[in-house]
Amino acid sequence: MANRTPKILVFSTEKISDPAIDLAGLLKLHYPPIVYTVEVPCSSAVKSKWILHAFDQGFDGVFIAADGTDCSYDESCTEKTAQIISQTHELMKEKGIPPEKLKMAAICSVCAESFVKQMNGFADQLSEQ
Amino acid sequence: MAMEEKNKIGVYICHCGSNISDYVDVEKVREEVAKIKHVSISKTTMFACADATQNEIVQDIQENDLDAIVVASCSPKLHLDTFKNVAERAGLNPYNYVQINIREQCSWAHSDKPVQATEKAIQLVKSGIARVGYSEALIKTKISAENVVVVIGAGVSGMRSAIELADLGSYVYLIEREYFVGGRVSQWGELFTTNETGKEIISRLYHKLMEYKNITLFTGAEIISSTGTVGNFDIQVKIRPRYIKPGCKVDPEKLQKVIDACPVEIPDVFNFNLTTCKAIYKNFESEFPEIPAIDPDHCTRCGECEKLCDDIDLGQQDEFVNIKAGAILINTGYDPYEPKTGEFGYKEIENVITLPQLKRLIELSGEELIYKNKKIQNIGYIYCVGSRQKDGENKYCSRYCCTSTIYTSIVIKNKYKNIHNYHFDKSIRTYGKLELLYREASENGDVFLQFWDEDPPVVSRNGNGTVVSIKDMLTNGKELEVDCDLVVLVTGMVPRQDNKIADILKAPIGRDKFFNEIHPKLRPVETVIDGVLISGACQGPKNISESLKSSLSAASKANSLVKKGEIELKPTIAFIDKNACVWCDECMKACPFDAIIKVQSNGKDVAEIVEAKCKGGGMCLPVCPENAINLKGYTDNEMEAMITALAD
Repeated sequence: MANRTPKILVFSTEKISDPAIDLAGLLKLHYPPIVYTVEVPCSSAVKSKWILHAFDQGFDGVFIAADGTDCSYDESCTEKTAQIISQTHELMKEKGIPPEKLKMAAICSVCAESFVKQMNGFADQLSEQ
Repeated sequence: MAMEEKNKIGVYICHCGSNISDYVDVEKVREEVAKIKHVSISKTTMFACADATQNEIVQDIQENDLDAIVVASCSPKLHLDTFKNVAERAGLNPYNYVQINIREQCSWAHSDKPVQATEKAIQLVKSGIARVGYSEALIKTKISAENVVVVIGAGVSGMRSAIELADLGSYVYLIEREYFVGGRVSQWGELFTTNETGKEIISRLYHKLMEYKNITLFTGAEIISSTGTVGNFDIQVKIRPRYIKPGCKVDPEKLQKVIDACPVEIPDVFNFNLTTCKAIYKNFESEFPEIPAIDPDHCTRCGECEKLCDDIDLGQQDEFVNIKAGAILINTGYDPYEPKTGEFGYKEIENVITLPQLKRLIELSGEELIYKNKKIQNIGYIYCVGSRQKDGENKYCSRYCCTSTIYTSIVIKNKYKNIHNYHFDKSIRTYGKLELLYREASENGDVFLQFWDEDPPVVSRNGNGTVVSIKDMLTNGKELEVDCDLVVLVTGMVPRQDNKIADILKAPIGRDKFFNEIHPKLRPVETVIDGVLISGACQGPKNISESLKSSLSAASKANSLVKKGEIELKPTIAFIDKNACVWCDECMKACPFDAIIKVQSNGKDVAEIVEAKCKGGGMCLPVCPENAINLKGYTDNEMEAMITALAD
């Protein structure tokens, strides 16, 4: 299928970004329905293995909706999540998956609009590829 | 556990009135998921959360011996606990339940595309079924808890928390770093709205505090270590010597003689360095505890005071006390922002002072307001110094300062004759009933001039005087100059400079450098460290009334944690596959809570999770090169099964 709609997997966090994604729904801010969210306690808990599994299974893009500086566990969260991204980018390169298919941005607990913007942008970007 | 263990799964898909079913064909979702092999019951329901439905689910679980359930409805933030309780009532482990959000994250988000929303809902519910298939029955660990709370900081907020906790039946250790109680509030004079002075409020609280047998107050005391976890913290407190015998009955005249005899003269921090004090001191006569103190950091042990008074004992040593406590309440307050040298002329132009200094100056003055031997007539207040910084780190508003400045300007107007107040502000924030003060000040004839962020006022010398120049926003940028005998920098609140306690308790600090709560609205006084609570201005700028509201909230939260004598711990914590672990220490380094330790197992070093310390954040998971760590409820099996189902 040449024009298959891309599928995006989002790792959201229980206390910070998931409430923002809920809020987007509450405000009926639309984003592509091919965005699927899986919730984790903290963005620095996402294993590279899970991300690679998503690509293996056919997801076109993976987005980590990170806690950023709002993380209630530790201030090292941003740095640790970034580390996961760069580590996974290396593994993706080995498998021939373009690194731009894995993105991260901090989504605060009320950043509904920013989430929607990220999703629309990411879906457009993946469709063009 | 490679195999799916659950084979009798119940699935409930909620209409949510029409919130879901208007956009998602819930019957179609049911039909699709009913085809999955291990699903033995699948139902749609008008309101899954309704009592009747809850009872029906309980009945289904019991009659059909279901081993797991999935409810597809609203956000788990609303009803996760509701359905966990349903499972529990039916005798099913609550962790064999998964909630799938098909409202906020599906029907509402995609109300523009009902066909795709239905497709997405099917995938989402399938992923929940896949996840619950690997779910493990988790048991909450119970540990015993001491009904003892350590309150750190005996300012207005800490004292009020201590009284509340004692009333609720907890034993309280109130620990104050200074030699006297009262914190910042004891430094202030009259306060809005009751016109009581800070001293009066503190004195009232102190006398009340002394009535309780279940409160122990330590002054000159600091926590130097804390180990253990919620319910059972082991806290070591160091109490510095006061060099005064505890039985001392203070005779004010004699005390003055002793103070006069002390040869050590140091800047008086209680008066923000406007005056000096001696190594033996009491900040004001009615200060508590009643007996004075000798500052060991400045005392030279010359012995002049001992010659005059038998109650002085320079031989006293540090004392150490060990406390076992169930919870800790941090109430350490704030420091006023200290302007940089040259910031609006501070420390370069002699009549530039801060708002806290002005308040002390009023307290120290008689019938006339005099600074550096000059009678004050024109006062200029420059607002937002150290707060709402465009370029600096302090982006926040300090909340109390507009009100405090305006109230101080009113006090000045009432107390002294012929004083003119000029306010240079960035817009006044006297919210709620505090607005009445703004009106009163305006009616008093105070002049309010407003500046832009880009164009702050400039303070400069003008012959013998000082002039404040401003481009006034309210008169369309007109350049004005005001001669001022006193320029007051309205300084905001910053976190305590000496904040060792944050490291000792590993309490999280937010991006504004104040202590950080779990959630500003839903869990405003708890930190991620179970059993460590925060309240008052250590959490962020607050006025006194707001501080007390948070301290009462934190007190009741602390009491409710420990009063039962036992605490349940969250079971979704990390666990180590000891066969796979090769102890590289990466997980230990990644854990912010010291919850991972090295132990011996089958003749090799391996990592072990200290269950009571693990917060289940999962920072250790991705760093393990052997993939030997999993998080309960978020295991590789569960996560990958979900992802597979969603990708399908």
